[in-house]
Amino acid sequence: MSNAVLVIGGGIAGMQAALDVANTGHKVVLVEKAPSIGGHMLQFSEVFPTLDCPQCIGTPKMTEVSAHPNIELMTYSEVESVSGSIGRFNVKIRKKSRFIDAARCTGCGECAIACPISVPSEWDLALGQRKAAYIPFPQAVPAVYTIDKTACVECRKCEKVCDAAAINFEAEDEFVERVIGAIILATGYEVFDASLKPELGYGTYPNVITGYELERLDQAGGPTGGKIEVNGKEPQNVVFIQCVGSRDKSVGVEYCSRVCCMATAKQAHYVRHKIPGARVTVCYIDIRAFGKRYEEFYERVQGEGVIYRRGVVSEVYKRDDKLVVRAEDTLLGEMFEEEADLVVLAAGIVPGKATVELAEKLNIPLGPDGFFLENNPKLAAMESGVPGIYLAGCAEGPKDISDSVVQAGAAAFMALLAVVGAEGEPDREPVRS
Amino acid sequence: MNLVFAEKYDLFKCFQCGKCSAGCPVLMKGPLNIRRLIREVLLRDDLVSICQRSEIWDCTTCQACTLRCPRGLRPHELLMGIRGSLVEAGKIPETVSEALENVFKQGNPWGWPRSKRHEWAADLGVKDLTRGDRAGRLLFVGCAPAYDPRVQSVTRALAGTLLSLKADFAILGNEETCCGSEVRRMGEEGLFEMLAEDNSRLFSKYNVTDIMTISPHCYNVFKNEYQNGGRQVKHYTQVISGLIGEGKLTFPGKLEKVVTYHDPCYLGKQNGIFDEPRNIIKAIPGINFIEFDRSRERSLCCEGGGGRMFVEASPGSGERLALTRIADAVKMGADIVATACPFCLLNLEDAVKTAGCEDKIQVRDIMELVAEAIRPA
Ligand code: SF4
Ligand code: SF4
Repeated sequence: MSNAVLVIGGGIAGMQAALDVANTGHKVVLVEKAPSIGGHMLQFSEVFPTLDCPQCIGTPKMTEVSAHPNIELMTYSEVESVSGSIGRFNVKIRKKSRFIDAARCTGCGECAIACPISVPSEWDLALGQRKAAYIPFPQAVPAVYTIDKTACVECRKCEKVCDAAAINFEAEDEFVERVIGAIILATGYEVFDASLKPELGYGTYPNVITGYELERLDQAGGPTGGKIEVNGKEPQNVVFIQCVGSRDKSVGVEYCSRVCCMATAKQAHYVRHKIPGARVTVCYIDIRAFGKRYEEFYERVQGEGVIYRRGVVSEVYKRDDKLVVRAEDTLLGEMFEEEADLVVLAAGIVPGKATVELAEKLNIPLGPDGFFLENNPKLAAMESGVPGIYLAGCAEGPKDISDSVVQAGAAAFMALLAVVGAEGEPDREPVRS
Repeated sequence: MNLVFAEKYDLFKCFQCGKCSAGCPVLMKGPLNIRRLIREVLLRDDLVSICQRSEIWDCTTCQACTLRCPRGLRPHELLMGIRGSLVEAGKIPETVSEALENVFKQGNPWGWPRSKRHEWAADLGVKDLTRGDRAGRLLFVGCAPAYDPRVQSVTRALAGTLLSLKADFAILGNEETCCGSEVRRMGEEGLFEMLAEDNSRLFSKYNVTDIMTISPHCYNVFKNEYQNGGRQVKHYTQVISGLIGEGKLTFPGKLEKVVTYHDPCYLGKQNGIFDEPRNIIKAIPGINFIEFDRSRERSLCCEGGGGRMFVEASPGSGERLALTRIADAVKMGADIVATACPFCLLNLEDAVKTAGCEDKIQVRDIMELVAEAIRPA
């Protein structure tokens, strides 16, 4: 038996679950597939309804996780296989090679300066560039660089400038095994691919973007230094379109993504705040402002001069150099066309691509929506249906930060219940059957 | 409340989002509001007066509403259902009843004689299944391509090209009858079923397993609405683009023109055939191909479908969309608007005449361009 807990996913839910478990004295192994922990939350400019800066609430958690004596952090790593059951899962983890030795790297960044190859930055959602030798964002944890071999041309310029001699082009993936008592899945979500709704012009027009992209533009540390602009120009007429890849059977997403109404309200506020003269229109089906202080926030944003029009946009096209957004104001029963210079799509939340594979590895069920299926949506939303495996955050279904953190705490508690009393350490030799 | 319609078309589930109405090509300019109509049919008692509004006939059955409805409703079918009840009550526009009668009597909505259906092929030497010929593939000609003098040029271009390549195909001669697509969309479900039976019987009689059509409307109805017993259905653009891909069709000639392509609703948005027509155009040497801004899934309907070839738009329904399309093409600097649908061809060409810009722009079917470019320069 093992009393250690494996947390898969290092976003806000995973970090919270890891800390809650670790603070009781139990060992935690936290596996994150990206080069840094942090997750989507850190990419946002502000969070609703408080308009806090997510870096201010997120980075302390990242530091705490990496410094915690009970947390073994494995970033840029993936769960390879899982066997066994509650109390004794044998877990094999692949630590992908960064081609830079994390133990030696000082995070000075000379490699990235020397690297001649630029590719679109995942962190900036391709609105900015990064090098083939890169750190995803300045506050990344761990603060070490990674070489992206798919972009790298092996010119080895980085090697010459690295004083720490940390670069190793021959490095290979490593595999480690851990014995685990309980597992928490906090694998998060992906953003709906808005080009699957071709009528809205995403991918066709550069000034049709998603709300996630607008977050990057608004964030001071983002690719525009916090300026909301497209092609170097500040938009004067901005239209937000809600429910893009949510509540939409035509693209196989029947559920409500839950966060987009509030995220859109927040982003409409960004625009009114940064570009006070801008005309801002939000096209919606229904407004779902169900959380604490959410309705008040919605009212506040309306009061800031944002025009809410009930009716979903059916088409975006071009007239001269303007985008034309076509919708019906269903309250007036009238068609309208809005000539916009920026269109922001509230792209929905969908299960991560790796969800299916992970479900197979763990032998746990997925729901019809593609998220991990909870034991009981009312009474046991943090249980997976398999004893010893628990769910936290958007891995179980769309939810906002507050709910993700609450569910992470509940999952941590369930995992603790499963391992309490068990003895043993995660790095004990696994038993092979 | 109109329970029958509400249940048949799932109207209770409509959440009145306005996606259908906002995407409807005729709503921007006319009185038809499909979203509001759904609400009215669901809640009002005076179904009869709702049904008698002239805008019921404005719908082109482009299906933008149905393809985009987030709740999976099929709004255009409600309109077809309403038309159906009007057909039953005998309260349909005169031009519609004429077209239906023509189909009943002559097997085509224009009333050309049955005995002349195959006349276009007279001097070409096309194989004819009804005269004992055999072939691997049926060319289902369709009404407009068989009779309409303008569209016959497309038919002859296709048949001529296939013959020159020694392709294995045949027609049904005078036994072919209207596919029924437009009939069904005008609400005459009974006649549609009869036509579907007639054609299916012919297909079985002559062992047809593989059908090629000229009109996207025929293509759609065979593929999606006939119980076609596993028959392969292809639009001619698929066949021609395949022949080009296999290197069997090459172009000794060239066409030094700026060409744009208008996606027919029944080929493009409804059936996802976007690339084959473009591949053909791009394969013709000399052509400078440019895209409409509103292309592919966003292609602007020409207003030719849904029986609209046979009924005037209701009063106050504004400029024909075909005119908008032609104006856009002229503005883009296109010499030719190419398309791959008889109705689009006729409508767009009409619009060129109405706009008086024959000297600036031509409307051609892709097949005509192909035939021109196969001839050595
Ligand atoms: S798109 Fe569908 S749900 Fe929305 S108003 Fe139209 S029929 Fe109703
Ligand atoms: S089929 Fe086309 S024309 Fe008819 S109601 Fe739907 S969107 Fe409008």
